[in-house]
Amino acid sequence: MIIAERKGLDRIIEMLDGRRSILVAGCRSCVSVCQAGGEREVVALAEALRLHAASKGMDRSIDTVTIERQCEKEWVMEIAPLIEGKDAILSMACGVGAQIMQQAFTDVQVFPGLNTEGMGAPEVQGVYEERCGGCGDCVLHLTGGICPVARCSKSLLNGPCGGSQDGRCEIDPEKPCAWDMIYRSLVRLGRPDLLEINIPPKDWSHSHHGGPRRVVRKRAVLSEEEVA
Amino acid sequence: MTDCRSNLQRVLDSGNFAVTAEIGPPKSASGEAVQRRARLLKGHADAFNLTDNQTATVRLSSMASAVLCMQEGVEPVLQMTCRDRNRIALQSDLLGAASLGIRNILCLSGDHPRFGNQKGAKGVYDLDPVQELMVFRMMRDEGKVWGGDTLEQAPQVFLGAVANPFADPLDLRAVRLAKKVDAGAEFVQTQAVFDLDRFERFMKQVRERHLDERAHILAGVIPLRSAGAARYMRDRVPGMSVPDEVVDRMSKAADQRDEGIEICLETIERLRSIEGVHGIHIMAIGWEDIVPEIVDRSGLSQRP
Ligand code: SF4
Ligand code: SF4
Repeated sequence: MIIAERKGLDRIIEMLDGRRSILVAGCRSCVSVCQAGGEREVVALAEALRLHAASKGMDRSIDTVTIERQCEKEWVMEIAPLIEGKDAILSMACGVGAQIMQQAFTDVQVFPGLNTEGMGAPEVQGVYEERCGGCGDCVLHLTGGICPVARCSKSLLNGPCGGSQDGRCEIDPEKPCAWDMIYRSLVRLGRPDLLEINIPPKDWSHSHHGGPRRVVRKRAVLSEEEVA
Repeated sequence: MTDCRSNLQRVLDSGNFAVTAEIGPPKSASGEAVQRRARLLKGHADAFNLTDNQTATVRLSSMASAVLCMQEGVEPVLQMTCRDRNRIALQSDLLGAASLGIRNILCLSGDHPRFGNQKGAKGVYDLDPVQELMVFRMMRDEGKVWGGDTLEQAPQVFLGAVANPFADPLDLRAVRLAKKVDAGAEFVQTQAVFDLDRFERFMKQVRERHLDERAHILAGVIPLRSAGAARYMRDRVPGMSVPDEVVDRMSKAADQRDEGIEICLETIERLRSIEGVHGIHIMAIGWEDIVPEIVDRSGLSQRP
């Protein structure tokens, strides 16, 4: 899932300066699971914005909606009637959702209410950790099911670096060292031999470094007749 | 054919116990500090490492510092981290270094930007140090850049790596070194040794894998200037191991500076007796002036 965090209230207020009619739009998918942009967060933020407006004597109306999946046009189009008369949409989805929103409603400016952190999972209740860097060429079979790209602070493919200590990463004792985990996992899997193999330079052209990616699934693409 | 080996490589190849030392480039556009240190240290070690924006802090470039050293007749070891350059820049800089006459290259990942004065920097890490060695070796031995394009002239360089026997997991430390040696490391400089017991255990693993026969290992030492410095390294520097006895000895000393030098000399003596250790690497950042005294009192002042 996508992990995101809400921007600070001050930052959001600053972004929305001068807007009079705002739609706060959440998403019931990933950002709801990580408690950043689900219905509850949308309602709470809208309330905070209303209070702020009232305290400043601002003439400002704030509506809310929470969409099933803000990253899919079909779901987003359903809220078209709510956009009438709005001069701002505060998207409480990930960066993808916010963009689909802007793509769908080209005349109203969309503001990002969240900071999208990456792809990850809940580690324990309330703690969400990055797990995948979307490198486009997965090597998890070589690293004991632990991603060196997203989970090692230096994305080392032949780690660990000299700063790994007591299973912690050198940059932050709060963060586990990915290579310590890879080591333990490969030992458990009976594959410590994989630790001895040099992984050659990675082809980053499959990642974002090769330009924005586009996947075409031929069998799913509609033919011209079908579109018509 | 002329011998294009570096002085450091010749010293090590001939079986002599090598001495290298570190020179930290200044936060300055003037190379005067590097030249002054080069003049001061000339003849006291076989080659000098020029650190590459150490602790991710912006400094005079290691490449420029290496050239400044050569102008003073001192042989450099050019440190090249994976943090700041992608494979295009690393390969280009290797050619540049070779064209300027730099012969010793040290490949390393580099401290994370988190530690320096550019915390918002985007760390590159296109290659890791093992891959950096693979690429550089290919350039030298096959005369090709990564991907196979042929070079008009291959860089003649002596390739080095770092090793940290004190980081975790311990059992992976010799494995990691083996990977670097497989990738092309011919000399290895280690993290500073204070914990000799752990270092001996590491060297045992290194010998079991015969890595000492395939690469020259230079053990790192740091002369301690104060008990505070010892404590800081023990408690605050990830991947360093400073035993409590060392910290105690420093705190109780009447003259901490002398005690620091004394500990350093004792360490060097023990390191020299460890099978497979082919030299020492002195890291006295900010205290470079002490290097001649340490080398001299270790009985290593007659450089080959
Ligand atoms: S190796 Fe690449 S695709 Fe696989 S988990 Fe890591 S970043 Fe994601
Ligand atoms: S300590 Fe571990 S996770 Fe952190 S940079 Fe080093 S190898 Fe990567």
